[in-house]
Amino acid sequence: MTTTTTQPGAYVANSGVAAARATDLSKVYGQGETQVIALDQVSVDFHQGQFTAIMGPSGSGKSTLMHCMAGLDSISSGSARIGDVELTALKDKKLTQLRRDKIGFIFQAFNLLPTLTAMENITLPMDIAGRKPNTEWLDRVVETVGLSGRLKHRPSQLSGGQQQRVAVARALASQPEIIFGDEPTGNLDSRSGAEVLGFLRNSVRELGQTVVMVTHDPVAASYADRVIFLADGRIVDDIQAPTADSVLERMKGFDAKGRTS
Amino acid sequence: MLRTALRNVLAHKARLLMTALAVMLGVAFVSGTLVFTSTISQAFQKSSEEGFSHVDVALQADRDGYDGLGQPERLSQKLLEDAAKLPGTASVIGEASGFAALADKDDKLVGEGWATTGGNYYVGQNGEDPRYPLKDGRAPQKSGEIALDYKTAERTGYKVGEKVRMSVDGPVRQDKIVGIFNTDDGNVAAGGTLVLFDSKTAQQLFTAPGEYEQIILKTAEGTSQSELRSQVEKILPKDTKAVTGEKLAEDQSEAIATQMSGMQTGLLVFAGIALFVGIFIIANTFTMLVAQRTKELALMRAIGASRRQVTRSVLIEAAVVGTFAAVLGLLAGIGIGAGLRSLMNSLEMTIPDGPLVIGSSAVIASFAVGVLVTMLAAWLPARRAAKIPPVAAMSSIHAAATTRSLVVRNSIGSVLAAGGGALVLAGTGMGMDDAKGIMGIGALLLVVGVFVLTPLLSRPLIAAATPLLRVFGISGKLARQNSVRNPRRTAATASALMIGLTLITGMTVIASSFQEAINKMAADSLKADYTISMANMSPLAPEVGQKLEQDPAITAVSPLRTTQAEVEGKKETVAGVNGGDIEKLLTLNFESGSFDELNGNNVVVDRDMAKKNGWKEGTTLPVTYEDGRSAKLNVTGIYEGNQMIQGVLADTRTIEPHMKQVGDTQVMVKMEGGITEANKTKLEEALGKNPAVLIQDPEDISEGIAMLFTMLLNILYGLLAMAVIVAVLGVVNTLAMSVFERSQEIGMLRAIGLDRRAVKRMVRLESVVIALFGGVMGIGLGVFFGWAVGEVIGSGLSTYALLIPWDRLLIFLALAAVVGVLAAMWPARRAAKLNMLESIKAE
Repeated sequence: MTTTTTQPGAYVANSGVAAARATDLSKVYGQGETQVIALDQVSVDFHQGQFTAIMGPSGSGKSTLMHCMAGLDSISSGSARIGDVELTALKDKKLTQLRRDKIGFIFQAFNLLPTLTAMENITLPMDIAGRKPNTEWLDRVVETVGLSGRLKHRPSQLSGGQQQRVAVARALASQPEIIFGDEPTGNLDSRSGAEVLGFLRNSVRELGQTVVMVTHDPVAASYADRVIFLADGRIVDDIQAPTADSVLERMKGFDAKGRTS
Repeated sequence: MLRTALRNVLAHKARLLMTALAVMLGVAFVSGTLVFTSTISQAFQKSSEEGFSHVDVALQADRDGYDGLGQPERLSQKLLEDAAKLPGTASVIGEASGFAALADKDDKLVGEGWATTGGNYYVGQNGEDPRYPLKDGRAPQKSGEIALDYKTAERTGYKVGEKVRMSVDGPVRQDKIVGIFNTDDGNVAAGGTLVLFDSKTAQQLFTAPGEYEQIILKTAEGTSQSELRSQVEKILPKDTKAVTGEKLAEDQSEAIATQMSGMQTGLLVFAGIALFVGIFIIANTFTMLVAQRTKELALMRAIGASRRQVTRSVLIEAAVVGTFAAVLGLLAGIGIGAGLRSLMNSLEMTIPDGPLVIGSSAVIASFAVGVLVTMLAAWLPARRAAKIPPVAAMSSIHAAATTRSLVVRNSIGSVLAAGGGALVLAGTGMGMDDAKGIMGIGALLLVVGVFVLTPLLSRPLIAAATPLLRVFGISGKLARQNSVRNPRRTAATASALMIGLTLITGMTVIASSFQEAINKMAADSLKADYTISMANMSPLAPEVGQKLEQDPAITAVSPLRTTQAEVEGKKETVAGVNGGDIEKLLTLNFESGSFDELNGNNVVVDRDMAKKNGWKEGTTLPVTYEDGRSAKLNVTGIYEGNQMIQGVLADTRTIEPHMKQVGDTQVMVKMEGGITEANKTKLEEALGKNPAVLIQDPEDISEGIAMLFTMLLNILYGLLAMAVIVAVLGVVNTLAMSVFERSQEIGMLRAIGLDRRAVKRMVRLESVVIALFGGVMGIGLGVFFGWAVGEVIGSGLSTYALLIPWDRLLIFLALAAVVGVLAAMWPARRAAKLNMLESIKAE
């Protein structure tokens, strides 16, 4: 924690309570000479009620870290926990259930089923689980993301930004313990991106949601409460209450280091 | 271009696999049919030629030219002797032959009824019969002695010296085997049995003392067959003809060729159906491949390929797949041909030995069919590929499924279907000959119309399944939506299945209705407890009926005996029954009069015949019998006839004295106690436990009819199975493509918590929905066609009524669902195994 630029009005995390935790987490692809270490004994806590951004250059392992923490990818060694559930101990079926019940996802593209309406897409995880959605909460989520008038529309009738907002709503609707976003604004123009990021931040501030997002965009990262920097499969920096400038500054430093090393 | 096409085939080999398989199955069916039919027809040709090797000229009764009553006269001993004296004759053989049933050691009939024959051992110049060289023992010389062909002897285990039970026309005979002989008789080669008697006994049994069925002449050296024929023709009596052996062999081989080509055509029709179904799959596959390659094709257009070149590259791909499938199909077909022959051999339907014949026609047909069908089916997709604009290469838009308006398509489909339906309906009101053409065209239009309309029909029909799918939760919901997502593809897939099920259902409906109709006719009008007939339907000796009349346990008995007579100057069949008992044995509806006075010169006639000739109760009919005597008959009743009982019915005592040869088609009996096991046993014993005699109660008759229809249907089901298998491949193909196209979606669903089982279930349900869609349409159309065709051909049967076999239809629907489950096995597993992360990221 080298630098801490406190932003006025920033949400202060309930210090210490981890929604997800990686301990000595390693991920190795391939074997022998072609072996690639994507994550090298990473240990990190993602705090409850906090918006965390993971950044780093291409190949730094930022996406891998997210996939491992979200139970989408297997772990070579170490441990990954969601709440107090150890992911490495789970078989595919339990892992699927965990993703369904405790995790929300927002992908860069292709978040929605084209055959379902916006509302059906939002309630999809609950439909899968066979649970009835909490109507009150659902209304609130829909209102928050500003989709009230478009719930009967199909994805093809929505703009890219609206589609991603539906994806955010879907992630929020089932009240998961944690939401993972994989470059959720990567395919959007800056205005729509700003909207989506705004909603994510609001969901943390107003609904107390925990969000972890992978991004390579310093502006996107500046919406977070905390930014973790990865390079070569290791955490190299961790800043609280970032601004776009401070993040950009940091990245320049890595680039320079990367070039000289 | 060729290189690109080849690369494409290689790159998509997994996806082209099902297409190739579908083509292969169709080709295999075609080539298998050709190989099989030419193999057995050649074998039969060869064996028939051998069968006539000892015949130079044959003398026969001239049946075709005969215009008298009954049968023409047989050949006399005098003719034989005269023929033997001709200068061109080296030797003569007189033949007397007919039906002869042989019981095996368990008292069961050996062989099929049609192929159990008896003949005579004609003692020729050197005391031998050149037709039947003896292998063991000696020739039969007197009544009670027989010789047996060695194939039958081998099959039954009979040896010289053993006594066997036999029957020729009813009563049981006990004969001793004195010899076993070799023969090249075609009937024996085909699995029949041949029993030889001495000539005198054979004449008593089959012809009449001193009479022959056929006389065979051998030419003297230096005389040709036709020379001898001219010599013989000078001494031939009336209604007799002379035929050369060459001509006989030629006629027979022509008859075989005709028979085989009929069978071949029949099989090829079913092969054609399978190929037609295949077309849907091929077209579907190439449509999907082209859609997936939109960018690639657009790029080719952008860098300068012409539309024609794009079309051609797709067609070349099709040709490569077609050729590959044709080669495999031909090989499989040869295997099928060989397999069928050994299957028939193992089923005791013995086919004469011969080599497997792979004619050039089979090879040419395989390649022509394989390549042409594939290219034809790929033609539309190829044209569509050429229409892709070059700019599509640049745009990043996903090649979304075309949801072009279906308005034009639906309009065309509605017109076709309505027109076709109207024609079929119009056909039901017509006679058989008029209806045939109109109904055929109507049916074709209707089917094509329904094909065109299937995308439209898919939505409401699949929506109807929603309540069922709801049970499966989210998987069911997604499955339903996926299945209507690309209506054209779903429609083409379901249509392929529809064709097979339409035919299967239609035939089942027709067969069930007919079975019921014939059953009503044969069994319901019968009051008798038992009917007795020969296993091969040849006439029973009159002694059978006479013997039963004396049995005290039998309360009523009547033969059914037919003779020909000229009634009012027209040749008619007159049936003789026991006038006193017939009322207790047959139920017939009388329009006027009754059986009561059926004796002397009184007769009853059926309504149609009476109407046609203007006869009424009380009309007097002049009649001339077979023997040339005349009489006057009085009509005492008019009854409602059917296909079993029709025409003029008279008392047997009236017609018997005028018949040249007396034989009964069947004997009906009523017994004290009715139908019981004990009574049946009593009858069997009274008839000497005769293997050749069939004793049936009405239920047995119904069962016999049912068995016939079941067998017929099973053969049809078997032949149509190929079309269904091809359709299943189509479903597999469509699903595999769907899974491939939706891998991103599936990856996302897995990520947000759909487990593998639910993914599998989703794919499986989609498959079942498509299959049931095809099934419902097929069964619906099939019932309609079954009804329509039944209306036309059933109009000739008074007892015909539409019978919809609901139980069968339900089974077919269940079968469609099973087809869906089976077809989904592989695609579902693939979908469940998809790597989530890669799928989501894949562009």
